[in-house]
Amino acid sequence: MNMPMYVSPEQVMKDRADYARKGIARGRAAVGATYADGVLLCAENPSNTLRKVSEIYDRIGFIGVGKYNEFDQMRVAGVRHADLKGYSFSRQDVDARWLANQYAQTLGQYFTHEMKPLEVELLVAEMGEEPCGDQIFHLLYDGTVMDTRSFVVTGGEAEVIRSRMEETWQAEAPLDSTLQQAVAALAGPDRTLEADDLEVAVLARHNGRRAFRRIEGASLVALLGEA
Amino acid sequence: MYRKAASRRLAKADTLQPVTLPFFASSDDPGPDFVELLRTLKRQPELGGAALDPAQITHATTVVAIRTDDGVVMAGDRRATSGHLISHRNIEKVFPADGLSGVAIAGAAGPAMEMVRLFQLQLEHYEKVEGNPLSLEGKANQLSQMVRNNLPAAMQGLGVVPLFAGYDSQQEKGRLFQYDITGGRYEERDYGASGSGSLHAGTVIKLRHNGNLKQSEAVDLAIESLFHAADEDSATGGPDPIRGIYPVVAAITKDGFSRIPNEEIATRTGAILANLNGGVA
Repeated sequence: MNMPMYVSPEQVMKDRADYARKGIARGRAAVGATYADGVLLCAENPSNTLRKVSEIYDRIGFIGVGKYNEFDQMRVAGVRHADLKGYSFSRQDVDARWLANQYAQTLGQYFTHEMKPLEVELLVAEMGEEPCGDQIFHLLYDGTVMDTRSFVVTGGEAEVIRSRMEETWQAEAPLDSTLQQAVAALAGPDRTLEADDLEVAVLARHNGRRAFRRIEGASLVALLGEA
Repeated sequence: MYRKAASRRLAKADTLQPVTLPFFASSDDPGPDFVELLRTLKRQPELGGAALDPAQITHATTVVAIRTDDGVVMAGDRRATSGHLISHRNIEKVFPADGLSGVAIAGAAGPAMEMVRLFQLQLEHYEKVEGNPLSLEGKANQLSQMVRNNLPAAMQGLGVVPLFAGYDSQQEKGRLFQYDITGGRYEERDYGASGSGSLHAGTVIKLRHNGNLKQSEAVDLAIESLFHAADEDSATGGPDPIRGIYPVVAAITKDGFSRIPNEEIATRTGAILANLNGGVA
């Protein structure tokens, strides 16, 4: 009879965390930041079709980084969950906090019970009626949730980008300067990111019921200005 | 494994509360189809058996859609009836389906409102899951399937016969579709009408439509057609200046769905009524 080899739980968790972190660090980073009129979602993404930034519900947006198929599965589950909840109750009853909790549960389940953890980090952003109501939830591969009203950096080299963001970010700044700061932080001192390298969307208070809008093409170039 | 267990758990839940994130095995994944999602999760209500007394069911009546040179105009009267009684005098029957299309309903009001809600959600759900909106043709087909799915209820007296119209951004023109109770979908060139007063409303439009109407002309024509329908059909409500109730009129162009303000409809209705000769008014 074979005795299973003993591995300490600490070691198992550490190995899994390392595995997930490595997978996530391979991808490019993304930033979610609040600005005067809502929430900016900005990802470095050279692909025009494989989206990292997307719409979940009227006032809720999503960014996924890491393994595409895994975060896309989470995105679709989020859209389904939100639409089901809005259909069963009312549109006002759909909120980001509930969704973030559900994501956390699922990520945590995968992390502890499955063969391999999900190699993803997610942002769930919610635009409030007023600037003080804006909220960004940051979810890690192991189900950890953090929330903030300022900005979140996620994905590869997040630490470095976060410290660059910290120097420049200001509360309730206009969209163009917030976007330029986010892009500069993502790019770092040694390179510049063009409009084609970016995927940008906003949840803006003046957009009506569905607040999510992609900013692409000429309007993105104009917002980026000289930066 | 976890995914399968989760979907099994969800399928069993017959409460309305979404308990956990809906994940599916690839074999029963509903894709971008919200109606299929409801079906997979067993969230669709069961239908009863016996036919219902029509006097107990609220019916919404006359709606029209008219093609213009830059899109479509849709309009509906404001009356809902239960048998011979008027159950609502300011019901709305014209709704945006999504940014570039609208839906107008005639038939049993309860199932019709629910159909509109589900249709709106279906289009939005598809757009969010897929990342792109459906084509206008695709939207029209979706509605057709919903009407067909309603056929068992229609046999019990809960028929819904909508109109669908929108701006087709590929063909760069307004298009409109009529339906029958079995889900049959018929694209019309210039105008469509549905509901109890549709015969009269349709005839008025038919005589006046020259194939190339401006939006303002189409709005006037829609108001006039509903006036004549109300004149001949007891289930269609005419303009009600005492309470300030006028038809709901919406225009759809490449810039989207926009409802025409009630004050403007009131002014236009006043002008149309003043022009009618004594024999008709």
